[in-house]
Amino acid sequence: VFKRFVEIGRVAFISFGRHAGKLVTIVDVIDQNRALVDGPCTGVRRQAMPFKCMQLTDFVIKFPHSARHKCVRRAWEKENINEKWAATRWAKKIEAREKKAKMTDFDRYKVMKAKKMRNRIIKHEIKKLQKKTTKKAKKTEKKQK
Amino acid sequence: AGEKKAGEKKAGEKKPAQKNTGEKKPGDKKPVEKKASQKKVKEKKPKKYHASRNPVLARGIGRYSRSAMYARKALYKRKYTAPETKIEKKKKEKPRATIVKPVGGDKNGGTRVVKLRKMPRYYPTEDVPRKLLSHGKKPFCKHKRRLRASITPGTVLILLTGRHRGKRVVFLKQLGTGLLLVTGPLAINRVPLRRAHQKFVIATSTKVDISGVKIPKHLTDSYFKKKRLRKPKHQEGEIFDTEKEKYEVTEQRKTDQKAVDSQILARIKKVPQLRGYLRSTFSLSNGVYPHKLVF
Repeated sequence: VFKRFVEIGRVAFISFGRHAGKLVTIVDVIDQNRALVDGPCTGVRRQAMPFKCMQLTDFVIKFPHSARHKCVRRAWEKENINEKWAATRWAKKIEAREKKAKMTDFDRYKVMKAKKMRNRIIKHEIKKLQKKTTKKAKKTEKKQK
Repeated sequence: AGEKKAGEKKAGEKKPAQKNTGEKKPGDKKPVEKKASQKKVKEKKPKKYHASRNPVLARGIGRYSRSAMYARKALYKRKYTAPETKIEKKKKEKPRATIVKPVGGDKNGGTRVVKLRKMPRYYPTEDVPRKLLSHGKKPFCKHKRRLRASITPGTVLILLTGRHRGKRVVFLKQLGTGLLLVTGPLAINRVPLRRAHQKFVIATSTKVDISGVKIPKHLTDSYFKKKRLRKPKHQEGEIFDTEKEKYEVTEQRKTDQKAVDSQILARIKKVPQLRGYLRSTFSLSNGVYPHKLVF
């Protein structure tokens, strides 16, 4: 049922707080609610962080518990987490949302025109296919008669 | 001070003269040059100002009065006037006091000499008391005009009020009263050269490059001001008929519109899709909140 677990090396996405939107790894578990967390390549200092503000990702890095910052950084860079993260759909959706929010009035107009054109092309193809099937249906009807 | 300098020069001249009599002949040329250069240097020296001629008795209190100081500083000798400029020379023409006007009817000379500035026809019995000076209350013509930083020449604005509400329009310049001069251009969205109020406009971040565009100088507020007829000779009835109900476009407006628009249209065509953008109108729909939009 659960596929992503809190474990040493699990990469988590911070959803709110001062470091919202950044990735960190769980270095150690402090108690039921907090973990020692470090984000060497994402600009998050080693600190305690409550689990509530973390959302687990699919990535796990290998390093021993309570490893020092340098080791965590080495492991992170070896796995190339930053690039892997940018390639996930999750990160792409976040980026798309940000872009949409930044759209200016002119951009919105251009998007509207592009969407319109795209939909027109799609509808055109659909209509063509529909016509084909109706033609075929008519032909088979005629033959049956 | 001049006398002192002359005295010094003489003393100075004497010394090198005495010294140089012992020197060889080719040296004689040098003292002459030295004197000349010394003279020049002394003349070019910055003027030394006299110390205060008013000794201090206590802080803020001088020995001599204003009139005594006037005499001590010889201000009666030192009177300066600013040089008269060419404009002032031209302006010395006195304004006309009377004018000659033609008069109708016959056998009365045909003209009269009329004063241009007439004597008052009424003197009040009580003088109006002088109003106390008020501070900082300026007439409208002297108000400070501000312009939002987001509005620069060439910005695309969205008009929010008036008959052109929702239309996207190009900003040209701010006029003297603070209103914004704006144009459609006419060929794109039927908005002519028009004035718009800064407060009833949304400034988008889209800008058209209007750097070289020359806007005719006669496009001022008075050009755009609504004209009202003020001659109701018929006093009863027909008052409403004389006022213009329909606005007619004058030829001058058409030529001005063409002059400005031709320059702007060329620049708009360079940006892809900008023409279609200016043709479209702005509207809100479900889920669109102006405070969340980035313009």
